[in-house]
Amino acid sequence: MDLRELTITSALKLLTEGKISSLELTKLCLEQIKRYDSKVKAFLYVNEEWALAQAENSDKRRKEGKAGLLEGIPLSIKDNIHIKGHPTTCASKILANYIAPYNATVIEKLTQEGAVFIGKTNMDEFAMGSSTENSAFFPTHNPWDLERVPGGSSGGSATAVAMRMGLGSLGSDTGGSIRQPAAFCGVVGMKPTYGLVSRFGLVAFASSLDQIGPFALTVEDLALLLRAIAGHDPKDSTSAEIEVPNYLGYIYQNEKTSFKIGLPKEYFSETLSPEIAKPLENTIKLLEKRHQIKEISLPHTKYAVATYYIVAPAEASSNLARYDGIKYGFRAEAKNLLELYKKSRAYGFGKEVKRRIMLGTYALSAGYYDAYYLKASKVRTLIKEDFERAFKEVDLILAPTTPTPPFKLGEKIADPLQMYLSDIFTIPVNLAGLPGLSLPVGLTEKGLPVGAQIIGPAFRDELVLALAYQIEKELALKLTPPLMA
Amino acid sequence: MAITSVEVKKIAHLARLDFSEEELLPFTEELSNILNYFKELEEVDTSHISPTFHPLKKKTPYREDEVKPFEDIEILLKNAPEVKEGAIVVPKVIKAP
Repeated sequence: MDLRELTITSALKLLTEGKISSLELTKLCLEQIKRYDSKVKAFLYVNEEWALAQAENSDKRRKEGKAGLLEGIPLSIKDNIHIKGHPTTCASKILANYIAPYNATVIEKLTQEGAVFIGKTNMDEFAMGSSTENSAFFPTHNPWDLERVPGGSSGGSATAVAMRMGLGSLGSDTGGSIRQPAAFCGVVGMKPTYGLVSRFGLVAFASSLDQIGPFALTVEDLALLLRAIAGHDPKDSTSAEIEVPNYLGYIYQNEKTSFKIGLPKEYFSETLSPEIAKPLENTIKLLEKRHQIKEISLPHTKYAVATYYIVAPAEASSNLARYDGIKYGFRAEAKNLLELYKKSRAYGFGKEVKRRIMLGTYALSAGYYDAYYLKASKVRTLIKEDFERAFKEVDLILAPTTPTPPFKLGEKIADPLQMYLSDIFTIPVNLAGLPGLSLPVGLTEKGLPVGAQIIGPAFRDELVLALAYQIEKELALKLTPPLMA
Repeated sequence: MAITSVEVKKIAHLARLDFSEEELLPFTEELSNILNYFKELEEVDTSHISPTFHPLKKKTPYREDEVKPFEDIEILLKNAPEVKEGAIVVPKVIKAP
């Protein structure tokens, strides 16, 4: 079995034909973890016994003719999504010993479809970061170059999928945390429209921006995963009541459909590294054959980072108030209640988490609310309106996912502002609540993956997938990290 | 600097965080740099713009106020730092008269 050829779609075919069992497939993925995870460090938790038991049950179900949509497929899950009875640490000391007391809705749904969970992946603490260096336990390394970051915050998930440690993964994306690591690791990743996927059981970071989404090796696989996890959930009050389309059917039907594609000039400016621009230009040239390409403007793009780093920390400062050392999580020895709160949080949270709680508390505090939080929320309206105007002219937007290729470990960690600016192309999508997808479009001269981002109107996730599928077929890249070869 | 270390101490108290004296100065500098960067928002005219607090224009959904017992109390208590007789132990918050 050549692991490099294995995808969810191809594995499902082999499983259906009886050429492989879920047990064999799961063992292959666990073998990858044993061989390579000491180098890339994608996982915070692997439970072999549990994974193999799930795989055996899946094989039984298949024999009984009760196969789900993802029957027998080994997946990894970002460590901020609850799987009952297993740890959810959010890569934080404050939750180091926390065991999830219930399943996230996405986990219930994947379980119903027969997926096999092999472990929990590393991340920036509480999903705050763009490099996975903010994990309280250890950083993850980019499988294309171990000296570089895999991106973040879902860097463990992106690395795991690139290394076939599981054939897909779930992450969360608040400002680019799925798309940016997908771009850095040469895999596909999608932030669905806000409200399409239930957030019940996802540890909250910034509730008006957070969204769970899938990582995979191909767009077809991504379509399958999205279909499995999307849909209304009464347990999430922000969950949209819409019919979930058959994404896979849609992308097959629209294999040759022409779209009007907008290229936002603010994204193709001097901030874009030439190493990223080149593969993107090649992709655009290919698209010109079938599609109508035009330049558009999203004039408030340059304000997105400042807006985001006020809004997201403000929401985080409120969401993270629950970690008080009382009901769960780390509790410090203290003389009184106030000291208990302060000491537990001072020890339990890492530097970046504290930085954001402080920024958020400041932006919401008396005398500063109007100047920071309210102001940012108004600029957010303008950013959202930029997209609404653009989608009157075009069906989809094509842009870079990141301004640069993956940077080195340690390169930006000392300068938080530089780290924040690495999210400039992904943040606007979260502020506007839109679907965004990153797919690989080539390698730099140094052999590092480059991602392109497709952005669509709200609740037109199928359109985004359809264009991504066309590009993927046209480019036929088949990327495997050299580490695996 | 956009923020002083006195203000940082005050905000830290509001956020129930604690910084040592050595941490305080570099932290104040970092926060100042970030707050200065936020100043670029001042150049945007938002005088007639209403704020967006949420991407969906959805009203809070209501449901019947029915009690649904959580079945696995044990696993919840396992996560508690200190438990006695099925209850979570906390420091004393009332003073003896």
